[in-house]
Amino acid sequence: MHSPDHTCSTCAGHEHTAVPGPRFHRLLAGGPVIEVSGVSFAYADREVLTDVTLSVDAGDFLAVIGPNGGGKTTLVKIILGLLRPARGTVRVLGADPADVRPAVGYVPQHALVQPSFPVTVRDVVLLGLRRGKGFFSTRRWPGYSAQEKRKALDTLEMVDMADLAGRRFDALSGGQKQRVLVARALISDPALLLFDEPTSNIDPQGKVCLFDLLSALSSSITIVMVSHDLISASTRITSVAVVNNRLIQNRGRELTPTMLQLIYGTHDATCPLDEYIRGMSSIFTAGGRGSAK
Amino acid sequence: MMDILGMEFMRNALLAGLLASLACGVIGTLVVVNRQVFMAGGVAHTAYGGVGLAFFLGLPVLPCAVAFTVLAALAMAMASFGRAERSDSVVGIMWAAGMAIGIILMDITPGYNVDLMSYLFGSILAVPRGDIVFMAVLNAFILAVVFFWYKDFLALSFDMEFARSMGVPVRLLYALMQVLTAVTVIMVIQVAGLILVIALLTIPPMLAELFTNSLWKMMALATLASLVFCLAGLAVSYHFDITSGASIIAMATGGYLLAWGAHSLRRLG
Repeated sequence: MHSPDHTCSTCAGHEHTAVPGPRFHRLLAGGPVIEVSGVSFAYADREVLTDVTLSVDAGDFLAVIGPNGGGKTTLVKIILGLLRPARGTVRVLGADPADVRPAVGYVPQHALVQPSFPVTVRDVVLLGLRRGKGFFSTRRWPGYSAQEKRKALDTLEMVDMADLAGRRFDALSGGQKQRVLVARALISDPALLLFDEPTSNIDPQGKVCLFDLLSALSSSITIVMVSHDLISASTRITSVAVVNNRLIQNRGRELTPTMLQLIYGTHDATCPLDEYIRGMSSIFTAGGRGSAK
Repeated sequence: MMDILGMEFMRNALLAGLLASLACGVIGTLVVVNRQVFMAGGVAHTAYGGVGLAFFLGLPVLPCAVAFTVLAALAMAMASFGRAERSDSVVGIMWAAGMAIGIILMDITPGYNVDLMSYLFGSILAVPRGDIVFMAVLNAFILAVVFFWYKDFLALSFDMEFARSMGVPVRLLYALMQVLTAVTVIMVIQVAGLILVIALLTIPPMLAELFTNSLWKMMALATLASLVFCLAGLAVSYHFDITSGASIIAMATGGYLLAWGAHSLRRLG
């Protein structure tokens, strides 16, 4: 929860009520939630991931960081089962990713959704309800039941957006939109949440609010967050991995010199980037408390 | 008014306007929210190839044009899906090629004496009863498909990446959306002509989006607006003896400007 003196238009300074109920507690015990082993993937003739191995345990809040084009989003799509790796194996919740899609909540960048669209906040959340497999398996009736609508409001309550349920989605701020997209992922009771660049195009206050929310959620849901925003990613995570074609994972949240080298390359002490890199390392070592910008 | 309704061609024109409005309201909404207006324009102009083929082979124009345009729309969908940066070029090529095929086939058709203008600018007053029945069947098909896959079309239109992650068959539905657009375009060509079809597919949904907060409401309001524009355009066309298609589009444009002005004033106030 954020400090009492923090206020912003996104959450109006009140305590986040994101306390996922028993419905989220499934699948927390047992083996790894995500197992990626020796995975390589190429677009045309360009290999973006090479021999990547990653293991995420239940209850982890993992930040995957790296430069643009380093393969972060590709990794997310592989975990979601949207892309098939050329080599290696991927298991999510002990099964093939395509078979457990309903149990995985996906939160893409809000900037990727249609900027102007006639849809209310509540209806956006309802889009996250589970859908059967195949072309003809969609539920036939275009409307939603009273129970489904109530569930959407309950889920919006968790992200402090219930008051805006009837507002058009495109009338919200960037931070508010991202919280609604989190609710859309939560409505299907996922055991795992995948975030792709959750803080892009969000103002600093909105970022703090969003990480407060994620922190509250991480007590009961495994979270994997992909970001190139190093400072924001340093707050509240439990472990970190860097990806730039290859992947290095750390069970703690320290960024080791090898990890920084994978992101930024090697620089001598006279290079201005070297000072920045050392600053990044200290932020992650300290857990980024109060550093989110 | 009763005088007008006493004439069969006017009754047919009103029915054609109603059916075209329904299709435009529903499919035009999907075209607008998916930002596929240019592709719909390409489909419309490709349809001229189907018209030319029908005359060349001596086949009924409407079914032949539907088949030709649906195939062209599927080709456009396959060529453009996932390649947004090049989709406009693909559409541009097919837009011109379809027109060229239509013109060449018309040129080489023996004894050709078709009024080209009626296809370019529409001839709602000359829609025969048989075409009305065909349009009704196409409308039923469009409404059934959109009703059945409404939630998936909504998910796909709002956020394609998320829809894919939820198991929505986005590629198949994207192709289906192009097929529905092709079918609608053929229907509206009867009313407004292929040059003006884009206006009727675009203006009513644009107007409706100003005042609605859900996709189905946008479809319903766009249908109503389209019907009003068709009726007003027909009335103006009848009284002033001007081309009906152009008259309908003029009404739609004027109506949209009025609505946009009212909406802007309300927001300022």
